[in-house]
Amino acid sequence: MAIFSVFVVNKAGGLIYHHDSYAPRAEAEKTFSYPLDLLLKLHDERVLVAFGQRDGIRVGHAVLAINGTDVNGKYTYDGKEVLEYLGNPANYPVSIRFGRPRLTSNEKLMLASMFHSLFAIGSQLSPEQGSSGIEMLETDTFKLHCFQTLTGIKFVVLADPRQAGIDSLLRKIYEIYSDFALKNPFYSLEMPIRCELFDQNLKLALEVAEKAGTFGPGS
Amino acid sequence: MSQEFNRGPAPQQNKDLFILTYGALVAQLCKDYEKDEDVNKYLDKMGYGIGTRLVEDFLAQSSVRRCHSYSEVTHIIAEVAFKIYLGVTPSVPCNNSSRNEFSLILDKNPLSEFVGELPAGRSSLCYCSLLCGIIRGALEMVHLAADVTFLQDKLKGDSVTEIGITFLKQPEEKKYRRKK
Repeated sequence: MAIFSVFVVNKAGGLIYHHDSYAPRAEAEKTFSYPLDLLLKLHDERVLVAFGQRDGIRVGHAVLAINGTDVNGKYTYDGKEVLEYLGNPANYPVSIRFGRPRLTSNEKLMLASMFHSLFAIGSQLSPEQGSSGIEMLETDTFKLHCFQTLTGIKFVVLADPRQAGIDSLLRKIYEIYSDFALKNPFYSLEMPIRCELFDQNLKLALEVAEKAGTFGPGS
Repeated sequence: MSQEFNRGPAPQQNKDLFILTYGALVAQLCKDYEKDEDVNKYLDKMGYGIGTRLVEDFLAQSSVRRCHSYSEVTHIIAEVAFKIYLGVTPSVPCNNSSRNEFSLILDKNPLSEFVGELPAGRSSLCYCSLLCGIIRGALEMVHLAADVTFLQDKLKGDSVTEIGITFLKQPEEKKYRRKK
């Protein structure tokens, strides 16, 4: 998947929509017997690997699932604490899936507001009068593209650095927003977007963008 | 999905339904409220809600650039927005020398084309208050406060319909959004 995520930020800097489509690349599931030779620690409501990196399981990876069922933060799906569960020899052998932890909704909200502020700072730092804010942020593994409409809504797309046509994708997302979110009378402006049609059309647009790289003339 | 890309002008049939819908709306409001001012006020309020949403659709479709003067803004409203949504292009004579009052002169208003004149108890009804509200709401979303009213109305006996837009001075809060 070359387009990793889409975020929509409202005028006040709050995240009103996010969509992730990247497949986690580093996940490893292994069966373990007692005692566990990895050192696990609790950090930020997650159980992370602190020591004992081996076989695709790296330091910093979180426990994602035990015996096939996803864990809920530091608790298993049936409410027991993960560390306690894994400390009990009676539960072994156990199959644990490790992987890079995903961002929680709260973290995304925080990052979106932070980006909103950075965007504003970007336009004020400019030596030219009346400059726009941050349009693109580039790293070696992804490119962040941002499009701010004249009304102050920002559409942010994180994609592979080699992916082309993101500008037209951003315009297309704006059109989809103005159609399926705004023309829905039950959607209040500036609130989180919970419109099924918006989701569907956005996913379709992302697929088209990844395949074709562009939307063709007339868009 | 190819229909999404062809946003040509709406065919004639759609407009009739729209005109009838608008007429029904005003008729119902007249039944609900005794005073003309109330009807005007609610039409304007509804228009404001429409304008705040319509502006995004307009900007997404037409990809206009940032404007640098009030005159440019008024011209875009007249030449692009009215054309797309109502199929008419009002003319914009130059007004007030302080350059923040403009008018849109419509000699053919599709909304009230079929309304001959206002009924006897409703002489101060502004039939197209919705339009004023729409323009006001849309401008506010791009950070331009304005007062939009009807200066002349064909339904009241004037020769043309004239919508007046007065841009209000904004307090300087965000420098980077000032140039519009």
